[in-house]
Amino acid sequence: MKLVNLLRIAWRAIKRNKMRAFLTMLGIIIGVAAVIAMIAIGQGSRQSIQSQITGMGSNMITIRPSSNVMGGARLDVTNVQALAEPDIIALQKQPEYINAVSPSVTARGQVINGPYNWSTSLQGVAPEYLSIRSWPLQDGVSFTSQDVKRAAKVCLVGQTIITNLFPNGEDVLGKNIRFKNIPFKIIGVLGKKGENTFGQDQDDIILTPYTTVQKRILATTYYQTIFASAIDESSTDKAAAEIQQVMRVSHKLQKGTDDDFTVRTQAELISTFTSTSQILTILLAVIAGISLVVGGIGIMNIMYVSVTERTKEIGLRMSIGARGIDILMQFLIEAILISITGGLIGVALGITATKLVTLFLQWPTLVTQSSVILSFLVCFITGVFFGYYPALKASRLDPIEALRYE
Amino acid sequence: MSSVIVDIRNLEREFKMGDETVKALNDVSFTINAGEFITIMGSSGSGKTTLLNILGCLDKPTKGEYFLDGTNVSKLSKTELARFRNKKLGFVFQSYNLLPRTSAIENVELPLLYNPEISAKQRKEKAMKALEAVKLTHRTHYLPSQLSGGQQQRVAIARALINDPVLILADEATGNLDSRTSYEIMMLVQELNDVQGKTIVFVTHELDIASFSKRTITLKDGKIIKDNINSNVRNARKVLEGLPLISEPSIAAK
Repeated sequence: MKLVNLLRIAWRAIKRNKMRAFLTMLGIIIGVAAVIAMIAIGQGSRQSIQSQITGMGSNMITIRPSSNVMGGARLDVTNVQALAEPDIIALQKQPEYINAVSPSVTARGQVINGPYNWSTSLQGVAPEYLSIRSWPLQDGVSFTSQDVKRAAKVCLVGQTIITNLFPNGEDVLGKNIRFKNIPFKIIGVLGKKGENTFGQDQDDIILTPYTTVQKRILATTYYQTIFASAIDESSTDKAAAEIQQVMRVSHKLQKGTDDDFTVRTQAELISTFTSTSQILTILLAVIAGISLVVGGIGIMNIMYVSVTERTKEIGLRMSIGARGIDILMQFLIEAILISITGGLIGVALGITATKLVTLFLQWPTLVTQSSVILSFLVCFITGVFFGYYPALKASRLDPIEALRYE
Repeated sequence: MSSVIVDIRNLEREFKMGDETVKALNDVSFTINAGEFITIMGSSGSGKTTLLNILGCLDKPTKGEYFLDGTNVSKLSKTELARFRNKKLGFVFQSYNLLPRTSAIENVELPLLYNPEISAKQRKEKAMKALEAVKLTHRTHYLPSQLSGGQQQRVAIARALINDPVLILADEATGNLDSRTSYEIMMLVQELNDVQGKTIVFVTHELDIASFSKRTITLKDGKIIKDNINSNVRNARKVLEGLPLISEPSIAAK
C-alpha cells in the first residue's frame, strides 16, 4: 500500500463530509487557539514584569531594616532605627563587589509653587542614587557631596511634579518650590521613568540631599533604606552577601542571631514576581490543555460514529481488496488530517486572538515558538491517540457482515 | 477445452447457531471454465449467498477445497485473501455500493488505489477504459446521486472490470432495477462475456434473468440439485428491441 494512495483515500473521505470534518475540527481549533493565547498572555505578563524590574536598575540592591518588635508591637519599617551613618561608612570601606551606596530617607507632604500644590514624596538621597537607579537627568545638574554636607535646600524634580506645579510649561530650573514651608531650589529635572511594576508613578518624586531631609524635615539620624549597586549584574549575589557580612559586623550581631535588616536584589524580586506569573501560565495552559483533550474526545466520538455509518463502505473496500491495515491506516490518517488541519487553523486563530488582546486590552503578550510547536505536537498525538481505537474497530470488521449492514 | 477458473471440491460450510450447527453448504462440487457465464439460482436459505461469499474469497469453507485460478484459497491468510480479491475478483452488488459524493471515475479507480503496483497515470487510463466498456465516458465526473440506477450499476460494473479480474461475481445485480434497465444490464453482461470473454458468476433468484446465461446451477438446502447447460440462451439485445419503446432512451443512444 502506497502512502500517497492512503492519503488520497483519506482526503477524499474527508472531502465527502466537509461539514462534519469542520465540526470535528472545531474542538481542536478552540483547544489549540486557547493554549496558544493563554501561554502568550502568561508569557507576556512575565516578560513585562521582568523588563520593568530590570528597568529599575538590574544590579540594584536594597537594604531595609527588618520590622522590629518593641514591647510586643511590631513597628513599621520606616520607624525602625536600624540603619545609620556607620553602616554607610562601613559599606564604603574597601568594597569588593559594591559599586555605590546611597542612604534614603523619605518624607511625604504637600509641595507648593504659587497657586499650585501637590502631595508628593521628598526623598533624601546621596548623589550616587542616580547612578544606582540608572536614572539620567533630563536637564540641569545633580547635587554634589558638598550639598550633602551643607544640607543644601536644592532638589531634582520628577516629571509628574513639573506637570502639576508648572502647568504652563515654563522653564523650571532655578525656580523655588516650598515643601513644609522650606523653599527648595530646583537645580535639575529627572528623566521620565513611568510607572513601575506595582503601578506606582516613579516620576512623582522630588530628590534632595539626604541630610536635608534628616536635619530640616524629619529631625532624625537614621535611614529608612540603603540603596547599593553591584559592580556588574552578574555579581549582585556576591555583592548582597558582602553587604550582609559588613552590615552584621557594623550592627555587632552575635553569631546565631537573626539579621535586623534585609538585603534584596533585583534578581530575587524578578524571581518572586515571575514565579507568580509562572503559576498563572501553568494554570492557563492546563485549562487550555483540558479543552484540547475535550477536542480529542470529540474526534474519537465522530470517528466512532463515522465508522458505524460507513460500515457498508468499509465492507465494500474490503471486498475490493483493502486489507485490515489499509482500513486502519485510512481512518487513522483521516483522524490525523482532521486534527492537524484543526491544529493549523487553531494556531492561526490563537495568534490572531493574541494580537487582538494586545490591540484592544493593551495586555502584554508573547507568542513563543515552543508553545506553537507544543500545541501542534499535542494535536498530532491527539489525532493518533483518539483516532486509533475507532480505526482499529473499523479494520476488524468482517467484510460479509459489513456489506450486509444497513 | 478452456482453462479451469474455479474448481470446487466437496465444499462444506457450517454455521454455529447457539448449540445447533447449520450446514449452509453440504458437499458442493463443480468447476467453472474461463469464458463461462453462470447463474446460481435458489430460494433464500438455499446457501447461494454462502457460496458466493466463498467464491468471492470473503469467507472460507469449513471442509473441502476451493481452487481459484490454480490457487488453493482455503489455505490463504486474511491479508493474502484481500490481496487475492484485489487482483483476481470483481464484485457487483445489488445496491451498487458506490461511495456517495464521489465521482464515477473515482469510484471506478477505487480497487487500483489498493494496488501499489499501479501508477496514478495507469489508474486514470484503466478507469477511462473501464468506463468506456460500460459506455459511460460522458458521465466521468458525475456523482452517484446524479446518475440513474442503471447508470450507477454500470459504474459498479466498470469498478469490477478495472483490475482485469479472472472472475466477476454479481450478487442480485439487477434486483434493484426495473425490467427494462435489468435487460440493459444483462445486455452489457452478455457483451462482456461474449466479446471480452469475461468469466461471470451471476447470483439471482429470477428465472427470467437466469435465461440469459449459458449455464445455471440450482441450489437447495445447501446442495446442488441441478446443473444444466442452457440450450436456449436468450439474447438481451433482442429482448430489448422487442419491448415497447418508452421515453427513456436506450443504452445505445446514450
